[in-house]
Amino acid sequence: MDDPLDDPLGDVALPGPLGHPVLRREDERHLRGAGRFTDDLAPRDAVHLVVVRSPHGHARIRRIDTAAAAGMPGVVSVWTGAELAGAPAMTGDATAGPLRPLPVQWRLPGMAITEHHALAPEVARFHGEGVAVVVAETAEAAVDAAEMVDVDWEVLPAVTDPRAAADPDAPVLHPDLDGAEGNVLVSLPAGGGNFARARRRADVVIQRTLRNQRVQPTPLEPRAVVAEPGADGRLTVTTATQAPHRIRRFLAESLGIGEHLLRVVAPDVGGGFGAKLHLHPEEVLVAFAARELGRPVRWVATRTEDLLASNHGRDQVQEAELVATSDGRILGLRVRIWAGVGGYLSGMGAGVPAINTGLMVTGVYDISDVDVVTHVVATNTPRVDTYRGAGRPEATYLIERLVDDLAIEVGLDPVEVRRRNLVRRFPHRLPSKAFRLDSGDYEAALDLAVDLADLTHARRRQQAAREEGRLVGLGVALYTEFTGLGPHRALNLVGYDNGGWEHARVSVHPTGDVTVRVGTADHGQGHATTYAQIAGAALGLPTDRITVLEGDTDRVDHGNGTYNSRSMATGGMAVHQAATAVRQKARRVAANALGLPADDVDLVDGHFVVLEPSTLARGLRTVRHGARGLAGAAVGRVTRFQLPDDGMGRHSLAWDEVAQLATSLATYPRGEQPGLETSAFYTPKDMVFPFGAYIAEVEVDPGTGEVTIAQLVAVDDCGPVLNPLLARGQIHGGAAQGLGQALLEGARANPDGTSATGTLQTYAIPRAGDVPRIVAEHTVTPTPHNELGVKGVGEAATIATPAVLVSAVHDALRPLGVPRLDMPLTPARVLAAIHAAQDRS
Amino acid sequence: MTTAVQEPHETSPVTVTVDGQARTAAVPPRRLLVHLLREDLGVTGPHVGCDTSQCGACTVVLDGVAVKSCTVLAVQADGGEVETAASLGGDHPLQQAFHARHALQCGFCTPGMLMSCRALLEEHPSPSEAQVRSWLKGNLCRCTGYQHIVDAVLEAADG
Repeated sequence: MDDPLDDPLGDVALPGPLGHPVLRREDERHLRGAGRFTDDLAPRDAVHLVVVRSPHGHARIRRIDTAAAAGMPGVVSVWTGAELAGAPAMTGDATAGPLRPLPVQWRLPGMAITEHHALAPEVARFHGEGVAVVVAETAEAAVDAAEMVDVDWEVLPAVTDPRAAADPDAPVLHPDLDGAEGNVLVSLPAGGGNFARARRRADVVIQRTLRNQRVQPTPLEPRAVVAEPGADGRLTVTTATQAPHRIRRFLAESLGIGEHLLRVVAPDVGGGFGAKLHLHPEEVLVAFAARELGRPVRWVATRTEDLLASNHGRDQVQEAELVATSDGRILGLRVRIWAGVGGYLSGMGAGVPAINTGLMVTGVYDISDVDVVTHVVATNTPRVDTYRGAGRPEATYLIERLVDDLAIEVGLDPVEVRRRNLVRRFPHRLPSKAFRLDSGDYEAALDLAVDLADLTHARRRQQAAREEGRLVGLGVALYTEFTGLGPHRALNLVGYDNGGWEHARVSVHPTGDVTVRVGTADHGQGHATTYAQIAGAALGLPTDRITVLEGDTDRVDHGNGTYNSRSMATGGMAVHQAATAVRQKARRVAANALGLPADDVDLVDGHFVVLEPSTLARGLRTVRHGARGLAGAAVGRVTRFQLPDDGMGRHSLAWDEVAQLATSLATYPRGEQPGLETSAFYTPKDMVFPFGAYIAEVEVDPGTGEVTIAQLVAVDDCGPVLNPLLARGQIHGGAAQGLGQALLEGARANPDGTSATGTLQTYAIPRAGDVPRIVAEHTVTPTPHNELGVKGVGEAATIATPAVLVSAVHDALRPLGVPRLDMPLTPARVLAAIHAAQDRS
Repeated sequence: MTTAVQEPHETSPVTVTVDGQARTAAVPPRRLLVHLLREDLGVTGPHVGCDTSQCGACTVVLDGVAVKSCTVLAVQADGGEVETAASLGGDHPLQQAFHARHALQCGFCTPGMLMSCRALLEEHPSPSEAQVRSWLKGNLCRCTGYQHIVDAVLEAADG
């Protein structure tokens, strides 16, 4: 069949450049090696900061001696955690308190809040936690001196598994923490209906424990920070972040200074995937050192530092029970989640499992009786927070694995059992009542995936292969998720300390060219291209006349950043609204200049043209025009702009002429401010819920345990697709990361809490030979919640792919009687399972 | 006992030709080629993505051979000729194909990826998809899922 991306919008009409595969304007600099990442921007005279990190998973600092380090060549300064925790905040006020702990942005109701200092003052709670910093003239000198910092450690017992850490006998990380029960910081229910009643009615009970392993997001650019004090007393912090305004807010709080004293810049950012969303200790440390020293300071993570001390993702143990009738109708679901959040809470660390997973465990299925409790647990590991999908991959994996098991139990095809349970009417209120699925056609997505995978033939192929003794499997997974995090009230009710809005300002220059400023922050998504498409569509302008600015708190007034696939559904809507308001104002300016009411003029092909005027309007216009002729003649002498007369007044004005009129004031509408510029805060009416269906065909090599993916079909529905080329790129990249979790990746810890996966030699992310060619297509179901109908697509494939691949591998192994396996399905794990099954038989 | 071992802080002059221009810097013996390029010469094409020679973001062509510039000491490159992504100009078929096929997202791996792909096409002017995927195993990309990169290389090869 033809590539449906050639006709990407189905029957949804989008204006102008929207819906077309516009090529990225971001590419050129990167293709010439001229990208500007944080480390490329470090001033030549910057001193280098190195963090001295704990070599233990859990250890008390008995004594720390920095004298030898301070005496090393080139060393400028050394600070310990105890010194910083006692340091006056940098207000110039000696009575001010010490540096404040890093913020916890998502404070679930009743949750005990851990204190995470930028450097551990007394106890290090994970391998890689900073305990001192060395600043020196060169990176080499700083590294050498850091080796000389002498720490006398008292090693403490460590616990890294979230369920083990919830045990009353486990070593306690924060023994003095009010409100915690051991390491359990909060236990949050998120259900609805009556599970006990559903269980009584059920014929079938599926019980299982699932482990959604800890993964390391691993953007290819390790984190990096540069801070430069300015002559004006302000500090510019350039940092590899997804959310510069958020970093400014929380950095100011941690440093104890006003936000106006900080400028935070996110230049080119080499991938983020959620790991560069939240404030990390190094941003505080570099900014602190720069202000203390009055010099530019630079820190660039090594890959090992990035793996050890950046936020990780997932890490849930899920006990689940699905109850159903013998004909495969799901009646209820009970889930207990133990979610490891690491040594300390990060910005959204607790909300990810408790809300993003807890509320979404029913997936695409209509299940009314649900009982969920999430235990948020501290462990001796790096912090866990948002990683691409953030909670929804864990929810999707959970329900899809259970539904596969149900299909086996009741002897139904896994596609059929899914069909029988789909949500079919929208909006659909989830049992928790907290979320309402906005729109969807799950069966359409499933049907398209079945068609594209040619499932009937694939099943025949599988049967033939099985008869030859080959291990071929077919997997299916459906998902829904939520994007465009909002609205405020819902977020605030669950303890999330931020609005769901995004901000944009659209400014028309007197030449007619346009600058769009928006508070999201690109890190590879192509915002400069897609926002130009959105603004171009609203203003009727070609995209090359539109400049997009992001990633700088001095150039963009407000922002929330890029995460939760929110950039198009919230940032895009802010741009759309601001641009639409500008267009309306331009229309009023044009109409006034033409002597007409605004309704009689419209923007067509770059010109404001007179619509067919009524006789009355025509008469009115003649009178107005006469008056304007007198005024215009006078104005024409003092401005270079004068409306040429076509006898009856002009019938059209070019966009550029109107842009000039808007600042020349000659013919300005009464009561209007000059200029064509509008800013908009777009607040989503509600969450929006993309969805999709994935099908995979795999073959397992019984001799090596290796999984080969024969085909991977991805059908996603994120509403109208604004740029199909870029959307497809998001699907490919997301699928590769989902494949990584399914087959390769897993952050492993030794029993003492030290990391066993601290380099890319021990932590495997997918390479070109690991990832198959993906068939990515989509259906289009607009959301009713915004004018463009758009949802988000950035995380979709990462959410669905682990579930579909694990489904397929289990299907392949079924003839051997291999029991359920946890991810990652590495060759070693699969082979061990095959051998164990063969031994039993 | 006398020793010829250089102290870590002592420096030696190293001269390399980078993208056609002779450049000299005084570097300590442990400095890697990628750091000579980035820190001393201000060349921003090669990126440092790991510390174990896994990612390939620092790939350059040294004396005609694609190398990970984190595996070469700066002093070893003395007198050598280094080509980075800047040497491709702006309209190399690979650059055009990467742009047309959306073969980059964050762009961090891209300069190294391009240099590796150029070396591939010099050795295999008409590679199969399997050959491209095999060759690219030395360069990690975390954004694109590789498919568009593979497509771009195949397109550049055809062109």
